[in-house]
Amino acid sequence: MSKKPKVLVLRTAGTNCDQETGFAFQYFGAQADFVHVNSLLSGKVQLRDYHILAIPGGFTYGDDIISGRILANELKLRLGKDLQEFIDEEKLIIGICNGFQVLVRAGILPGELQGKTVWTPKTEQTCTLTYNDSAKFEDRWVHLKKSGGSVWVDGVDELLYIPVAHAEGKFLTRNSDILDQLISNGQVVFRYCLSDGSEPSYPHNPNGSVEHIAGITDRTGRVLGMMPHPERHFLSRQHPFWTRMDRKGSLGQGAKIFENGVRYVKDHLL
Amino acid sequence: MFWRVEVREKSDVFDALGESVHKSILDLRLDHVQKVHVIQVYIFEGDLGQREVEKIAAELLTDNVSQEYSITEGQYPVFDHSNSKHLTIEIAFNPGVMDPVEASTLKGVRDLGVQGVKAVHTAKQYHLYGPVTSQERQLIVDKVLANKLIQHEVRETAQPHKAQAASAVPQAVKVITVDILAADEKRLLEISQKGQLFLNLNEMKTIQGYFKNLGRNPTDCELETVAQTWSEHCNHKTFRGKIRCEVVENGQTKIIEIDNLFKSTIAKATHDLNKPWCVSVFHDNAGIIEFDDEHDVCFKVETHNHPSALEPFGGANTGIGGVLRDTMGTGLGAKPVCNTDIFCFAPPDFPHDRLPAGTLHPKRIMKGVVSGVRDYGNKMGIPTVNGSIIFDKHFVGNPLVYCGNIGIIPRGKESKETYTGDLIVAVGGRTGRDGIHGATFSSGELTSESEVVSSGAVQIGDPIQEKKVLDVQLKARDEGLYTAVTDCGAGGFSSAVGEMGAKTGARVDLDKAPLKYKGLSYMEIWISESQERMVFSVPPKNIDRFLELFAQENVEATVIGEFTKTGRLELFYSDEKVCDLDMSFLHDGVPKITKQAVWRSKENAEPQIKPAQDLTPQLEGALSHFNVCSKEWVVRQYDHEVQGGSVIKPFVGVDCDGPSDAAVVAPKMGSQKGFAVSNGINIRYGMIDPFWMAAGCVDEAVRQIVAVGGNPQRIALLDNFCWGNPDKPDRLGGLVRCAQGCYQAAVEYGAPFISGKDSLYNEYAEGGESIAIPGTILISAIGIMDDVSKAVTMDLKKEGNLIYIVGVTRDELGGSVYYDINGCLGASVPRVDFKQGQAVFEAVYAATQKGLAASIHDCSDGGMAVALAEMAFSGGLGLEARLSRVPFEGKDKRNDTLLFSETHSRLLIEVDPKDQKIFEGVFKGVPFGLIGKVTKVAEVVIFGLDDKTPCVKGGIRQLKSKWQAPLAW
Repeated sequence: MSKKPKVLVLRTAGTNCDQETGFAFQYFGAQADFVHVNSLLSGKVQLRDYHILAIPGGFTYGDDIISGRILANELKLRLGKDLQEFIDEEKLIIGICNGFQVLVRAGILPGELQGKTVWTPKTEQTCTLTYNDSAKFEDRWVHLKKSGGSVWVDGVDELLYIPVAHAEGKFLTRNSDILDQLISNGQVVFRYCLSDGSEPSYPHNPNGSVEHIAGITDRTGRVLGMMPHPERHFLSRQHPFWTRMDRKGSLGQGAKIFENGVRYVKDHLL
Repeated sequence: MFWRVEVREKSDVFDALGESVHKSILDLRLDHVQKVHVIQVYIFEGDLGQREVEKIAAELLTDNVSQEYSITEGQYPVFDHSNSKHLTIEIAFNPGVMDPVEASTLKGVRDLGVQGVKAVHTAKQYHLYGPVTSQERQLIVDKVLANKLIQHEVRETAQPHKAQAASAVPQAVKVITVDILAADEKRLLEISQKGQLFLNLNEMKTIQGYFKNLGRNPTDCELETVAQTWSEHCNHKTFRGKIRCEVVENGQTKIIEIDNLFKSTIAKATHDLNKPWCVSVFHDNAGIIEFDDEHDVCFKVETHNHPSALEPFGGANTGIGGVLRDTMGTGLGAKPVCNTDIFCFAPPDFPHDRLPAGTLHPKRIMKGVVSGVRDYGNKMGIPTVNGSIIFDKHFVGNPLVYCGNIGIIPRGKESKETYTGDLIVAVGGRTGRDGIHGATFSSGELTSESEVVSSGAVQIGDPIQEKKVLDVQLKARDEGLYTAVTDCGAGGFSSAVGEMGAKTGARVDLDKAPLKYKGLSYMEIWISESQERMVFSVPPKNIDRFLELFAQENVEATVIGEFTKTGRLELFYSDEKVCDLDMSFLHDGVPKITKQAVWRSKENAEPQIKPAQDLTPQLEGALSHFNVCSKEWVVRQYDHEVQGGSVIKPFVGVDCDGPSDAAVVAPKMGSQKGFAVSNGINIRYGMIDPFWMAAGCVDEAVRQIVAVGGNPQRIALLDNFCWGNPDKPDRLGGLVRCAQGCYQAAVEYGAPFISGKDSLYNEYAEGGESIAIPGTILISAIGIMDDVSKAVTMDLKKEGNLIYIVGVTRDELGGSVYYDINGCLGASVPRVDFKQGQAVFEAVYAATQKGLAASIHDCSDGGMAVALAEMAFSGGLGLEARLSRVPFEGKDKRNDTLLFSETHSRLLIEVDPKDQKIFEGVFKGVPFGLIGKVTKVAEVVIFGLDDKTPCVKGGIRQLKSKWQAPLAW
């Protein structure tokens, strides 16, 4: 393998945040390849040649049936073995917005909540991201509170300001046991909050998620899924009122997540 | 055999979709409907057993965490009539209307490894709880659940999903000719009318002459092709023809003869200005200007009015799809980077009982249009960054929907040319009967009813299809695989191939075009307006690679013909020649006509309003005027940040809810280079004088760009005229006057037009009378910015800062919001002092480049008062201002005039006191007034001319809530 961390930015019909997501990794010295799912299915490109799998935002297959479902099935049913290997080799996965929906539908997030394995293609879907309580797509900036520590979120600000842009982002678990376990496992890493970190209501919790959950990881912390878009607060100039702020530094609060991914690869996988 | 799968939310999960339908039903004041549940229905046809259907339902169709399903055999719903708790209504798409979920579902089924599914259809079932009479039930179906142009209610025993088969009867190839050689004048007109050709007698006679020379009659296809090419839509006969205009002003009449209104106004401005940074103007899909060393940008705005009136979601949806294809078809293909959308509707509180027959209620139109824009723009991943919504009762029968797009294109890819021998390749969606004279498709054949429906009415877009085409097209472009590309818009293949082959000649085998279903005639294939199709010309040596690239991402690409050297347009179907026309006749044969126009200057009276002592209520009225109030409900639904380039968003300020003047986008991640985009539109000025409407809209668009830090020397403009019937002299007179205003303003401001469009014949019938929309010009502007980090927003920043007004205020309340809330129009329409405007803009630009402006806001609808209030509540700060300090010219110096006059070329600027000297130095020789300062008290206080008593005093929270309330749905 080359010395550069390699990121596979997965594309398919309807993916649309691939370029800015790839840019975020490139900025920290990674090589980002934009790979259509067909190239993985045909074997033209091998997942094992990469260190990070990034599933960007968008409307894969038009959000038809259920958002993320068709791509999730494609990954689980047709690339399950490769994915399991990838996860078992302690590589990283990040799913943003539609990518988060895909990971949840495939059961990769939250993954197995106990036991030896982290994920297999047989792992059941235990959580969901369903229609916002407002029943509409909304693009707005939200405050997030970080909890726990793991590969992706170490060193990220405790309070973040990042935009969401989705219609199906309301996080639910199948039952309260699963929710409890997620929390006690430390898998909940981002929650919606008010600017001072306190408990939000709509629109600060933009979709009605249970426990205000905005992002979770698997048990290892190496797979991260989140509805808010850290790649949209990658540059400080993307902040909605950057003109009111001291103009110092060019990076925004979301950048650290991508930096973490690249650093982990450099420290552990190269 | 058929299987039905019904998917619903589990009982303990909030049914958000049901709730949103419920809200729309409550809009009809049917308060006794208590709740609504929505059930998604899939109907599978094929060789399937229960186990396989279970698998599909469990693993593909249902989210097992939040949803549950049920399966029944058979195609039709069986309603449980014994259950009287709710009423069940099932709605499905009409046959032939594209349902994109079908294709995705089939793909999902294949991924599961289930064989034997032949077809899938989807439907939605609504369960309505509460007592509903059968009359109310029908009202809900008609007004909320279904649009009969594209949808129908499924009855238990009806045969809704079979009609597609009815249209699949293969048609024998029979070339149809139309007998025009023997036709007299009356018959010629009859042929034109019956065939919906919209050709006038003179044009029909020209065609007759052409075929007389050939000694034969035209085929239906030939006649249709000529009609399409010569249509107002494609040929712009009004703008390019001759006009004899009678101008009556101050009792004097003079006659102006105009040969080609477009060339003598819009294009003349561009020609006179001769800017070196204009790369391609007017002749391509979009205008192109220089951006940075590697890229250029292109800009195009289209209208999609009539389709949006009939089917708001589909109309706006395909409007966006169409303008994006314009960008993809500019040069060798540009990449869309942002959208801009401007709408005109009747007010959303328009009384239901005063709606003209056959029109949809404006609130429904607006909701549908917004959903259509949201769906297409968001799914394509194009941020919608700028727009406006104008409300006026005159748009009740004829709403306006402008869709604009900006793209970036690598230097050197701006021009295209087809060569003899290049193959004609159709790429993207398949061809169906969509939009052929608005075939409603309900019966598989045209009926008298369907003919009254406008063309394009039944189209629904498939944004994911277009996104797939775009993704591969950019790769093929960068590999240099093709020589030209054009989108299929109005006229379908007919106009795309006709245009591309105009210089060479073209031959097409129509039976090679991939079809959605069998049974289309050769002519339907040729003129169908099915969406998401592009036509490429590909040299034979590249064809294998070209087809391979598209196949890799599941995009259909098919060779349908070649460009020839015959100079003829030759079409074949099953080896029968169905069309053989001279390209030169097609493109240059249209006879020039002279239209009559008349312009009479209006003699409106100036109203006498007695100004109140306390004008706070008037300010609140202006803030909650529909044209001024917050459009946040709309804008939040658009993704305005995808692609990561947004620098100034539609909403700014401390709570992200203040209205920014223009959007700023830096389309290349990591680069400081960007552009600002804005628009100017104001129909009420046009009701007084279209010349000053046009000039004012140019001023507004330019000053908004300057307000965010744009360079007035690097602004390009687009013109979009929406007008009534130009065959009526009074309408055409206004149009001429408007075009003249465009010319003068563009030249004076050094801002060339680079592209534009006209949509004429916007009239509707009411009480036997034909009513035109108010003549409307939309001016869109794009300004290149070298360094977006110098951009400025409109929200007040810091207590103690100074507030300046730059530019002179005059007593120009004609057409203003202030007059409107007082129920009048007036006469004193704001005029533009171009010289002063230019000086103001140059100075503002200098101030922004020196970093002297903490915030800037332009004064437009609602005048200085509205602008000050917006700056204050957006920044979460108060202000104190004095009218006595405002530079004024005119007779009627009064508090209300100063507050609400809409004089152009004025901006408010916030400046740090430490910069006062330098700032005032920059504005030397330009009229300005230091009118006040930013305060910590969260109040807007404006002292009247007596300098002692406030004429406006309002808390910013109160003012903001007035501004937000009207459209907070």
